[in-house]
Amino acid sequence: MNGRAQMNIVIVGHVDHGKSTVIGRLLADTGTLPKGRLESVRENCRRNSKPFEYAFLLDALKDEQSQGITIDMARCFFKTAARDYIIIDAPGHIEFLKNMITGASRAESALLVIDVDEGIRENSKRHGQMVSMLGVKQVTVLVNKMDLVDFSEEVFERLKADYSEFLAQIKVKPVSFIPVSAREGDNIATLSERMPWYKGATVLEQLDGFTSDKQLQDKPFRFPVQDIYKFTRQNDDRRIAAGTVAAGSVSVGDEVLFLPSGKQSAIQSVESFNTAPKQVALTGEALGFTLTTQIYIRPGELMVKPCEPLPEVGTRFRVNIFWVGRAPMIMEKEYKLKIGSARASVKLAEICNTLDASDLSYSKHKHQLDCRDVGECILETSRPIAFDTAAASETTGRFVIVDNYEIAGGGIVIENLSTDETLLQRHIRERENNWEKGLIKSEERELANRHRAKFIVFTGVPGTGKRSVAKALEQGLFNNRLNAYYLGVANIDRGLDADLGYHVDNAGERLRRIGELARILTDAGLIFITTIDDADDYDIEILKQLNAPSDILVVNMGENGFSRYHSDLQLPAGGSIAAAVKEVADMLKTKEIIIEYEI
Amino acid sequence: MDHLDKLEAQSVYILREAYREFKSLCMLWSIGKDSTVMLWLARKAFFGHVPIPLVHIDTHYKIPEMISYRDRIALEWNLNMMYGENREALESKLTFPDGNTDRITCCKYLKSEALKHTLSGEWPRYRMDHDLKHYVPDEGSEPYTGVIVGVRADEEGSRSKERYFSPRDKDNVWDVGDQPPEFWNQFKTDFSPGTHVRIHPLLDWTELNIWEYIEREKIPVVALYFNQGSGTRYRSLGCYPCTNPVDSGSRTVSEIIDELKSGRLSNIAERSGRAQDSEDGGLETLRRDGYM
Repeated sequence: MNGRAQMNIVIVGHVDHGKSTVIGRLLADTGTLPKGRLESVRENCRRNSKPFEYAFLLDALKDEQSQGITIDMARCFFKTAARDYIIIDAPGHIEFLKNMITGASRAESALLVIDVDEGIRENSKRHGQMVSMLGVKQVTVLVNKMDLVDFSEEVFERLKADYSEFLAQIKVKPVSFIPVSAREGDNIATLSERMPWYKGATVLEQLDGFTSDKQLQDKPFRFPVQDIYKFTRQNDDRRIAAGTVAAGSVSVGDEVLFLPSGKQSAIQSVESFNTAPKQVALTGEALGFTLTTQIYIRPGELMVKPCEPLPEVGTRFRVNIFWVGRAPMIMEKEYKLKIGSARASVKLAEICNTLDASDLSYSKHKHQLDCRDVGECILETSRPIAFDTAAASETTGRFVIVDNYEIAGGGIVIENLSTDETLLQRHIRERENNWEKGLIKSEERELANRHRAKFIVFTGVPGTGKRSVAKALEQGLFNNRLNAYYLGVANIDRGLDADLGYHVDNAGERLRRIGELARILTDAGLIFITTIDDADDYDIEILKQLNAPSDILVVNMGENGFSRYHSDLQLPAGGSIAAAVKEVADMLKTKEIIIEYEI
Repeated sequence: MDHLDKLEAQSVYILREAYREFKSLCMLWSIGKDSTVMLWLARKAFFGHVPIPLVHIDTHYKIPEMISYRDRIALEWNLNMMYGENREALESKLTFPDGNTDRITCCKYLKSEALKHTLSGEWPRYRMDHDLKHYVPDEGSEPYTGVIVGVRADEEGSRSKERYFSPRDKDNVWDVGDQPPEFWNQFKTDFSPGTHVRIHPLLDWTELNIWEYIEREKIPVVALYFNQGSGTRYRSLGCYPCTNPVDSGSRTVSEIIDELKSGRLSNIAERSGRAQDSEDGGLETLRRDGYM
C-alpha cells in the first residue's frame, strides 16, 4: 500500500496547562527529534541554570525553522509503529482562535490538556465546546502536572468528575482521562510507577487506539454536486456531475434524486481519470457521474438515493453557530450560507441562547452574536436547501456563514424547523395587517379600467426573446386602452436596487423588492409586466407570496427551469412575437382578466 | 482509501472549488515535481482536461531540459500554456549571473516582479499556439484573481502557515498573522475587488507523498531529478546559477522513494540546493513580497 496511514490530532487547552510540554515529550519519546537536539537543549538549560522544560525544545525547533529544517509549530510530525501523526498545535491564546478552528476542523481526534493544579479554566471549556462543534468525536483528556499533586488519585478523580459534568452538557463523551506528568514523562510513552492506581492506556497507546475511519460508508448516500462539466471544445461530450462523495456509496444503474429541485435520474457511469473503470463510488472519493437522462441540474444540489433515508429540505432550521467575525452577527442582515456545495442567502431569525465568550455564562437575552460567541440560533434561507442534521450525517450537516467576503462563522444543524412560519410569511402577514387602504375599492377600479389587476412574469433562460414579447404585450394592451406597464429589470438594478451592488448574496433582497413593487402596482390596478432570467420554483413561490392578495401569471419561454411548478403558459423561444402576444392575450381573456382584445 | 487516495481526493476537491468560484483563474507551473503533480491532479479533477491556463515565469536561466520538457508536455496534454518574463531586467542585465545584483534581488526581479506583472496582465504574456507549435503574444490582459500554487507545508517553515485558500491584497502582501479560518472543507472563495486569492491544493503533501504518487500514476518528470551517472541529482529545480544538485545515487522514482524513506536526507532541507534561501531573510522575505 502506498503512503503510511496518517492521523491528524489537535492538541488544545488553556495557556500554560502544558500543551507544548506534551508535544515535546511525544516528539522525544517517539525518537522523532533531529539528532542531538534534546541533548543540546538540556546542556543549554544547565549552562543557564534553568530547569529543563520540553517547551524549550519546541522553541529551539522553532528557531531552526528559519534554517530550513522541516518542523514547524503549527504542525508537528511524529510516528509510531502504527502510523504517522500530524499534531496540530492550537495556540491557547484567544487571538489565534481562527488558527485553532482551521486546525481542529481537520483533526480526527483531540487531546485536551488540563493542569490538575489549576483546574478547569476558560479555554478548557471553550476548546471543549469547539472540538465538540467541529465534530471531533475522539477526545482524550490529559490531566497534566500530576507531580504537583503528589500523583493523587483522589485529586485526579475529582477533576475528572467536574470536567465530565461540563463535557456532558456540551454532549462530549471523552474516550478516556489519562493522568500524566508531561514534564516527567509519566504515562506518556510508558505507564508510570508513581501512579500504580492508574490501569488505563498510556498517551501513545491511546493515540494508536483511535480509529481514523469515520464510519460514513454505511450512512445514506450523499453527493453534493460541486459542478457540472461539459468540455465540448475538447471534443468531450460527457456531461459530468462532479463532486466528492460525502457519505454512503452509489453504483452504476442506481436511481438518484437531486434535492432541493426534486429531479430524478439514474447513474449511467462513474467517471474518473487514469483509473480502472469503476462501477461503484465510495465515501471520500472525488469523482463524477453521467446520468441516463438529460436533466438540467445545477451545482449546489444534493444527489441522494430515493430508496434510502432522505435528507431534510427546508428554509428554516435550528443550529449551533460559532462566530469569529469582526462585526457581530445581527438580525435582518443577509449573509451567505455555504453548506455542502450549496450556497444560499440566509438571515439570523432568532437567538435561542448564547455562551458568552468572556465569562462563559449562558444568556437567553442577546440580540446579536459577538466575536467568539457560541449561539444556538434559528437561521432562515431565502430559498429551500437540502441538508442533514449533524447527528444524522455530519458532512452534510455543517455550514459556514460568509459576511462581507469573509468566513465569519461556522456551525452545525440541529433540526429542521420548516413547518414554522417563515420570516417572509411573518413579514407579509404584518404588512397586510397594517396595509393602509385608500377610499377606492379594487372592484371600482376594475370597472373603470375594464380589466383586472395582474402581475405577469416572463421566465426562461436568457436570450429567448422574452423581453421583446413582454414589451409587445404592453404595447398591445395599451393600444386596447388597458392600463399595462412593462418594467425592465435593469432599471431596478440602477434605481431601486442601486444600494445592493451586484453581490450575489443580495439575490434574495432583489427578488423581494420586485415582489413588493408588484404588490403596489397591482394594488394600483395595473397589469404589471416584467421578466426574470432563470427563475425556478422558489423564485415564483416568493413572488407569489409577496404579490398576495393579487395574483401572478407566469409565462415561460423556451427551456423550462422549473421542476414541479407549471407555468400558466409555455411559449417557444425565438418564435413570432405577434403570435406570442396573441397567445398571452387569449389566456388573459380565458382567465377573465381582460374582456376583449383587438389586434 | 489509502493515504495517497485521500490526499488526491482533497486536492481534486480544492481544484474544483477554485474552478467553480474564480472566473479568472490560472495555475503556476514551475516545471518542478510538485507543480507537475498538481497539473496531473487537475487532469484528475477535470476528467483528462485542464480548463485552466498554466503560467510559467521564465527567468531565461532555467536549466534547458526544463523548458523543452515544458513545451513537450504542453503540446501532448493540450495545455493552455502561457509564460511571462521581466524583459526590462533581462535586457538591462539587472541579474545575479550578470554580476549586477545579489541573489535575492535577482529572484525579486526575475521571479517576483515578473510574476506580479504577468498575473496582473500589465506585462505581455506568451501563449503556446497548438497549430504553430510555438509561443505567440497573448491578446488577453485581464488580471488573474485566483492563482493556484503548488506549495507544500512540509517544504519550509513559512509555507507551513499557509491556508488552502489564502487571500493577498492588491500588492500581493500576505498577512500571516490574520488569516481567515477554514472550517472543514469550506474555504474563502469570496473576495473583495482588488484582492486575489492563492490556492494551495498540495499543502498536505510531503516530498515522499509526491514521489509515491509520481510512481503510482506514472507521471513524467524532468530527468534532472535522477542520477544520470554523475552520482548527483537535483532535489529541487530552479535557475542553474543558483541551484545545485545533491549527492545521490537514485536513478529511478522508486530509488528516490527508498532514499527518502531511509531518512538519509531527513536532516537536509529539501531546498538546501537553492542558494537564495540562505541569504539574509531568505524565502520568508521573498514570499511576503509575492514569491511562491
